[in-house]
Amino acid sequence: MSEAVLDTTVEPSGASGVSHDFSRDKQAFGVPWGKAMMWIFLLSDTFIFSCFLVAYMSVRLAATDAWPVPSEVFALSFGGEPIPLILIAIMTFILITSSGTMAMAVNMGYRKEKNKTFWLMFATAMLGVSFVSMQAFEWTKLIQEGVRPWENPFGAAQFGASFFMITGFHGMHVTVGVIYLLVIAFRVKRGYYERRGNNYEIVEITGLYWHFVDLVWVFIFAFFYLW
Amino acid sequence: MASEEGQQHPIKIYLTVWVLLFVLSFFSYMVDYLNVQGMLRWALILTFMFLKAGFIIAIFMHMKWERLALKLAILGPPVAILVLIAMMAAEGNYIEETRLEYYGESTFVPEVPEHH
Repeated sequence: MSEAVLDTTVEPSGASGVSHDFSRDKQAFGVPWGKAMMWIFLLSDTFIFSCFLVAYMSVRLAATDAWPVPSEVFALSFGGEPIPLILIAIMTFILITSSGTMAMAVNMGYRKEKNKTFWLMFATAMLGVSFVSMQAFEWTKLIQEGVRPWENPFGAAQFGASFFMITGFHGMHVTVGVIYLLVIAFRVKRGYYERRGNNYEIVEITGLYWHFVDLVWVFIFAFFYLW
Repeated sequence: MASEEGQQHPIKIYLTVWVLLFVLSFFSYMVDYLNVQGMLRWALILTFMFLKAGFIIAIFMHMKWERLALKLAILGPPVAILVLIAMMAAEGNYIEETRLEYYGESTFVPEVPEHH
C-alpha cells in the first residue's frame, strides 16, 4: 500500500479554498503584495466615498426646500435649446474611454509590449486631464451662477456643499491618478520594469486605481446627477 | 486563473465590456434625456448603475478571476454600508419631519437656471 501523497500543487477552490488561504501558514492572498495593498486601499476609499454619498442622501432627505433639478442646473446650451446634462454625459464617456485604454495597457504590459503599454497609459492620462478640465469648467460656471457651499439660487442650500465635496474629492482622485499614471508610464518607457525581470504587475496595480475612479463616477453619476 | 504571469486574458473580452459600458451609459443618459419619471426612473438608473459597476469590477479589475478569499475580503465589508444607508435614511426623514413641524413649509422660491 502506498502512502497518501498530499498534492501541494493543487490549490483548493470555493469555501475550502477560503479556509485554506486564511488558515495555512502562508500569504493569505495569492496575489503580489502590491496588488493586495492596492485593493485594501481601494476598500478604505470605498468607505470614504460611501460616507459622502450617504451624507448627501441624508441632507437631501432632510431639506425642506426643493432640491435643485440636476437636469436643469447642469444643462448647457450651444446656441440653441439647452441640452440637459450634456457636459456630464461627455465626461462620463471620456472616463469610460479612459478605462478601456487602461485595460488595454494592462493587457499589453503582460504581453511585454513596452511601447504600446506606454502610449496606452499616456492616452489614459490625457483623457483624465480632459475630464478634470471639464470639471473645472463646470465648477466655474456654477460658481458664476451663484452656487456656494452654503447657498444657491436654484433650491435647497445643501446642494452646493454636496456638489463641491463629492465632485471635488472625485476630481482630486482623478488628478492624483493622472500623476500616478504618468510616473509609471514614463518608467515603462525608460525600461525600468524591463530591467527588473520584465515584470509589468505595476501596470495592473495602477489600472486598479484608475478603474476605481471610474467606478466611483458610475455611482456619482447615478445618485447625484440622475436622481 | 491567475498564473505566474498575472492576469492575461483575450483582448476580445475587454473590448466587449468596453462597448457594453458605452451602451449602458448611453441608456442611463437617455433615462434623463427622455425625462422618464417615477419608479421606472429609479429602477432603470439603479439597474444600469449596478450592471456598469459589476462589469468594471469583474472584468476590468479582474475580480472574476481572483480567488474567493480575496473576493470576500474586498467585496464583503462594503455590505456594512447598507446598514449606514438604512440608519441615515431614517434619520434624514425624521429631521425633515421635525423641521416641518417647527419651522413650517418652505417659502423659498427657486430661480430657474439660465443658460448662456
